[in-house]
Amino acid sequence: MKNLLTMEGVKKETLESLLSDADEFYDVMHRPIPKVPALRGKTVATMFFEPSTRTKLSFERAAKALSADVLSFSPGTSSLKKGESLKDTVLTVKAMGADLMVVRHTSTGAPWRVAEWTGLPVVNGGDGAHQHPTQALLDSLTLKQHYGSLEGLRIAIVGDIRHSRVARSNVWAFSTLGARVTLIAPPTLLPPDMEGWPADVSTDLDPVLDQFDAIYLLRVQAERGGASVFPSVAEYRDRFGMTEARFERLKPDTIVLHPGPMIRGIEIDSGPADDPRCKVLEQVTNGVAVRMAVLFQLLGGTKEDE
Amino acid sequence: MSEITFQNALVVSGNGEAAEGTDVVVADGTIIEIGQDLEVRGEAIDCTGKWLGPGLVDVHTHFREPGQEWKEDIASGSRAAAAGGYTAAVAMPNTDPPIDAGHLARFVADRGRQVGLVDVVPAGCITLGRKGEKLAHLDELYNAGVRLFTDDGGTVADAGLLRRAMEYLAERDGVIVEHCVDAGLAAGGQMHEGEVSSRLGMAGVPSEAEEIVIARDIALARLTGVRYHVQHVSTAGAVDLIAAAKAEGLRVTAEATPHHLCFDDSYVESANPLYKMMPPLRAASDVAALREGLRSGVIDLVATDHAPHADHEKDHAWEEAPFGVIGLEWAAAVVNTVVGLGTAEFFRVLSTAPAGLAELGDHGTLEVGGTANLLVFDPEAAANTSSTVSRSSNAPYLGMELRGAVVHTMYRGRFTVRSGSLQAVAGVAG
Repeated sequence: MKNLLTMEGVKKETLESLLSDADEFYDVMHRPIPKVPALRGKTVATMFFEPSTRTKLSFERAAKALSADVLSFSPGTSSLKKGESLKDTVLTVKAMGADLMVVRHTSTGAPWRVAEWTGLPVVNGGDGAHQHPTQALLDSLTLKQHYGSLEGLRIAIVGDIRHSRVARSNVWAFSTLGARVTLIAPPTLLPPDMEGWPADVSTDLDPVLDQFDAIYLLRVQAERGGASVFPSVAEYRDRFGMTEARFERLKPDTIVLHPGPMIRGIEIDSGPADDPRCKVLEQVTNGVAVRMAVLFQLLGGTKEDE
Repeated sequence: MSEITFQNALVVSGNGEAAEGTDVVVADGTIIEIGQDLEVRGEAIDCTGKWLGPGLVDVHTHFREPGQEWKEDIASGSRAAAAGGYTAAVAMPNTDPPIDAGHLARFVADRGRQVGLVDVVPAGCITLGRKGEKLAHLDELYNAGVRLFTDDGGTVADAGLLRRAMEYLAERDGVIVEHCVDAGLAAGGQMHEGEVSSRLGMAGVPSEAEEIVIARDIALARLTGVRYHVQHVSTAGAVDLIAAAKAEGLRVTAEATPHHLCFDDSYVESANPLYKMMPPLRAASDVAALREGLRSGVIDLVATDHAPHADHEKDHAWEEAPFGVIGLEWAAAVVNTVVGLGTAEFFRVLSTAPAGLAELGDHGTLEVGGTANLLVFDPEAAANTSSTVSRSSNAPYLGMELRGAVVHTMYRGRFTVRSGSLQAVAGVAG
């Protein structure tokens, strides 16, 4: 594997290998000294052209736990403000000695361009509403930890599918790992043509609420209400929010996932959010573990016992 | 007296039919004889296996002058046109400043004459400053030689204003030329809305964004009687609307671009902005409909929408890059490679029909006594896709295999391209 750019078309064995390594790194993270020398001497550049806190921190935590050095780039404090192009920026950071780039950008496809320009291994840290493959891996790991396997699980992804790179990544990863995925959203938050997607589609949550092993809630961008994508935040909450009442109607062992940041009172109420069946903090921890696995595999690190 | 005899070509002349084994004699910039086994006068040029017809005419070129000369100017754009077999090109008015008054149109035409490689024919704006608020100086523009009026790059959104422009120009028989994209439906759109955009997570431009504007404009053309021309048709539904308008007898014409004839939206998956333009690359079924429309005559002509952008503008992440690609040098090869037209139809869609639309009397036909604007084209040779003479290189064709090469372009009796090489012409800075 040269790059990790997308979950679409990635083989099951590749996903399983990454999840298996992530399991090992999960254990590393829970040692008294949560650090291994696997990537000593390597430099990971986190090139985040779109503001991000948690994903960037998570990648940097993962790199440091593998003893890699980190070059950290943020748009707010950078040469971009002086008018430097994306291409010049990444070539500059390559010239400083980066061995791998994690790229987040508002435009679909930007990480592909960076891979083309730099020739470095690239991890897509989120491109537009397209892909966010490490999110899909951490979500898969969370489901696997809870259920042992994704085989045969029924998973609903609820919310703004249309503008979600999380949904576009998870639908491929979950289905490749054997789960059956249902996408649920109001019509204006569904992509216009889902021909070929490995998922069922519904515009109504309540009739199917009790059928799922996991409910994956997407963040609702409140500003979309202003763009008339749905009538109001209150109406969204009434139809699609994880209210206390809906949480009561789930199967007793159904878990709830969310990519964060959660907006309480819109897509999820505080009761469900703070319930042990809501796995958001486990997801965050798993994020570090899967990103360690990805960096490790792309940079050809060696394990201690090898 | 300079004389040249082109010998033994497949020649498309006067009546629009192709005749084999035909010679064409040019003397002092004029065609003086067309026929078989003519006596050689002056230099003889063997054209066996080649097509010879009127020089190509593009009704949709962005020369970028005045105001954006880092992308292209009239000299560099004229070189690209000549290299592509063109002898005339209509300059789009979305320059800086926009061509909305007579003196600006005269500037463009004058620069074209100074360069002297093709006739550069100015188009004019429909609205002042292309702002869609007030009429441009339509009389001044008309008197400066403008026949095609367009706010290209934008659509005239206000139907009332467009109706008045149509009424005004119908009286003088000017042509309303529209870039048909509804701004609301296309808002934020980066590519064709469909299966690919859904998967790539990009905001789409639905086919309906084009079709509802064409439907509206056809209704207004019916109301006003104006000549109406649709730019860069990209959808199967648009082809149907135009066919219906023609069947009704309205004076409606339409163009297709080489890129919409050549590529579908699957190319967007490369994330390379060389495939980004407006209207966007559509579905494969739309590409098929455009090719069929061109063969059947519903689409009258091919126009390039040659839209240069510098590397520093285009070599970006997709959503940061501007819309538009260049095409003058490869339009003939694309038509020859992907559409499947005969020799006569090739010259009809690339020369005769566009010259007719823009009322360019010196172009579009080969006739004894006419100006020697002509193209010798080798339909079997490989096109040059290794480089460009345009100032910008935003061409999706570079590196492709395309069939058909410009052998000679003759503009007003002088070679601008000879044996595939662009000729230095007095008055043209390099």
